Amino acid sequence: MNAESGFTLKVSQNKFLVGGAREVNAVVTVESTGLDDGPGQAPATEAVEVIILDTSASMEWPILKIVAARQAAMKAVDNLRDGVSFAVIAGNHLASMVYPRGEHTVEANWSTKIEAKAALGGLITSGGTAMGTWLQLADRLFAPHKDAIRHAILLTDGKNEHETPEQFGETLAKVAGRFVCDCRGIGTDWEPDELRRVSSALLGTVDIIPDPNDLEADFRAMTEHAMNKSVADVGLRIWRPQAARLKFVKQVLPTVEDLTHLGVESGRLIRDFPTGSWGNESRDYHICIEVPPGEVGQEMRAGWVRLVTSGDAPEVLASANILAEWTDEERFYTQIDAQVAHYTGQQELANVIQAGLHAKRAGDLDTATTRFGRAVALARQTGNEATAALLDKVVDVIDYESGTVRLKSMVEKVDEMSLDTRSTRTVRTRKE
Amino acid sequence: MLTCPSCEILVHEDDGFCEGCGYQLLPRRSQPRDHVEVDLGSVGGITNRGLHHYRNEDALGVVGYTFGFRRGIAAVVCDGISNSPRPDVAAQTAADVGSEVLVQHLEAGFRPDFATQAAVASAGRAVAALATSADDAPACTYVSAVVAPDSVTVGWLGDSRAYWLATNESARSMVLTEDDTLLNHLSESGEMTREEAQRQPQAGALVKWLGADATDIQPRIVSFGPGTPGAVLICSDGLWNYLPQAETLAAAVPDAAKAPMAAARTLVNIALDAGGHDNVTVVVIPFPSEGVHRR
Repeated sequence: MNAESGFTLKVSQNKFLVGGAREVNAVVTVESTGLDDGPGQAPATEAVEVIILDTSASMEWPILKIVAARQAAMKAVDNLRDGVSFAVIAGNHLASMVYPRGEHTVEANWSTKIEAKAALGGLITSGGTAMGTWLQLADRLFAPHKDAIRHAILLTDGKNEHETPEQFGETLAKVAGRFVCDCRGIGTDWEPDELRRVSSALLGTVDIIPDPNDLEADFRAMTEHAMNKSVADVGLRIWRPQAARLKFVKQVLPTVEDLTHLGVESGRLIRDFPTGSWGNESRDYHICIEVPPGEVGQEMRAGWVRLVTSGDAPEVLASANILAEWTDEERFYTQIDAQVAHYTGQQELANVIQAGLHAKRAGDLDTATTRFGRAVALARQTGNEATAALLDKVVDVIDYESGTVRLKSMVEKVDEMSLDTRSTRTVRTRKE
Repeated sequence: MLTCPSCEILVHEDDGFCEGCGYQLLPRRSQPRDHVEVDLGSVGGITNRGLHHYRNEDALGVVGYTFGFRRGIAAVVCDGISNSPRPDVAAQTAADVGSEVLVQHLEAGFRPDFATQAAVASAGRAVAALATSADDAPACTYVSAVVAPDSVTVGWLGDSRAYWLATNESARSMVLTEDDTLLNHLSESGEMTREEAQRQPQAGALVKWLGADATDIQPRIVSFGPGTPGAVLICSDGLWNYLPQAETLAAAVPDAAKAPMAAARTLVNIALDAGGHDNVTVVVIPFPSEGVHRR
């Protein structure tokens, strides 16, 4: 723990393993407090905001979409703190600058905000959709601001049709972790899987905005949230013992995000996982390490978790140990840590919902029914009321405890997409 | 810099874990209660963690007392109940308070049976006070022995036992206590035959213990005057699970009355060699007692 840095790191686990067991599970809670005191006081860190608007032809109809997008973007510009660098990008099958004209960002102030809003007012729609090009332009805009808090908002209404999935994948791999990008889908013609790939690679959120009228409030909330960040590029640095394997590293609160594939080997037995920028907030991570089996009575450090800043001389903000101790005493090794159990349930919940949606789309209604049934039971057990409410719009529940459900005969597309997009959201245990 | 005992690479001492294999640089920290010996010459006691448990949840207390010209020994053995919270603390508390109150009463001239009764009551209150709520009640068993120049008095709750080990081959060794288990309780109350009781799923469960959740902490007390020399053994089930018969125990330590500490070691080693599955605690007190000579 390091109170001075404003960050704390807390490990919740049952360190006891039965003799010969290999898998160590822990939930690590990272909390930051007192990072910037007092409202209105600008954090010392530089911030860059890039707004990416889909201006493909489909945004024109219904006409409300592009109008709402323009207005929401204007509101977001208004919300920028003076001194923040920003830019607005228009995206169709190509990406182009809306404001400023040149490929760079400008400092937000009274006059640049007015200019930006004027430019947004003249935005016209045409062409197709190639999100990879948008992200590459954003990446170029962020590049000169290495130490800044880098945040992008991406708004789209359609499928990524004008580049191949491979091209898109290459771009995502290239820009992964370089900035934080929150993605919003407007209407119901876009692909949740596509936006999820973007938000996962760029450590952001994804959400559906079914009603264009809600866009403004959402953009305001996103910019406010971004403006509250004060520490950029925090990494989880995890040491593992020799011959051990980091099985997975997942963010499990506020949403389930598998970070495993984002890990970068940064030293002997050490791997760094990006977590993006931080304001005053709290996130939970589930770490699973497979260690060589020990003998009864032996104790091992199975993982050493440190929270580090980026740069050439990273600062350690907080650290904690994940332990393993082998015992043959049943009452010790049979206890499952409450946090680990809770988040295992939440991960399964997100997984069975995806499995249910896939089965339903493939026409396998029996599988869809059992998966959604399991999801209903899990949502109840883990106290995830928001997800339970989303499920209620897709299935009729016959029995909550056993998870007996019937698929609704008529499901609004927006409800199915909401379930798809929001099913990774998690809750803390009710009783800690 | 030092060498890791597990993987033999050079490591910084830092926070006690190897930077390579992750194992603790020192072997498992031994805890103070892993093995405790009390050797007062005329009485020997040992409590040992055993080979399978993570910690020692047994405890013992051994004291000599003097009242006028009478000298004797008082001892307590407690076994923390594993499915209660902090059983190790419960056992240590009961053994400490029990032996302390015993010696106070004996040195004030109270009869051994009265002292035994008073000590159990005090130990029971002390263990009950460890609970933070009804759901958080540490608990333990209790057995005590007062060995005076002319008498032996034992008191107990639970399944820790006292034995009389006769030195003289013609005299009989015997178990002095009767376990407070559901099996005994049901068959004695006449509710069912011993055979029926034995088939009960919880036959070995305790019906009496010390703890805030205990309903009855009235000990059973037995006093007798052995006509022949011998030794009193009090022990936890970590020993008697392996050697339940009084004759077998007596045969294992024929010199118990002459060399009590050696006898205690022998008995603990028997339990460990047989598997050491539970914590094991033994106290051997020769009769007639010569008390403890104070320096």
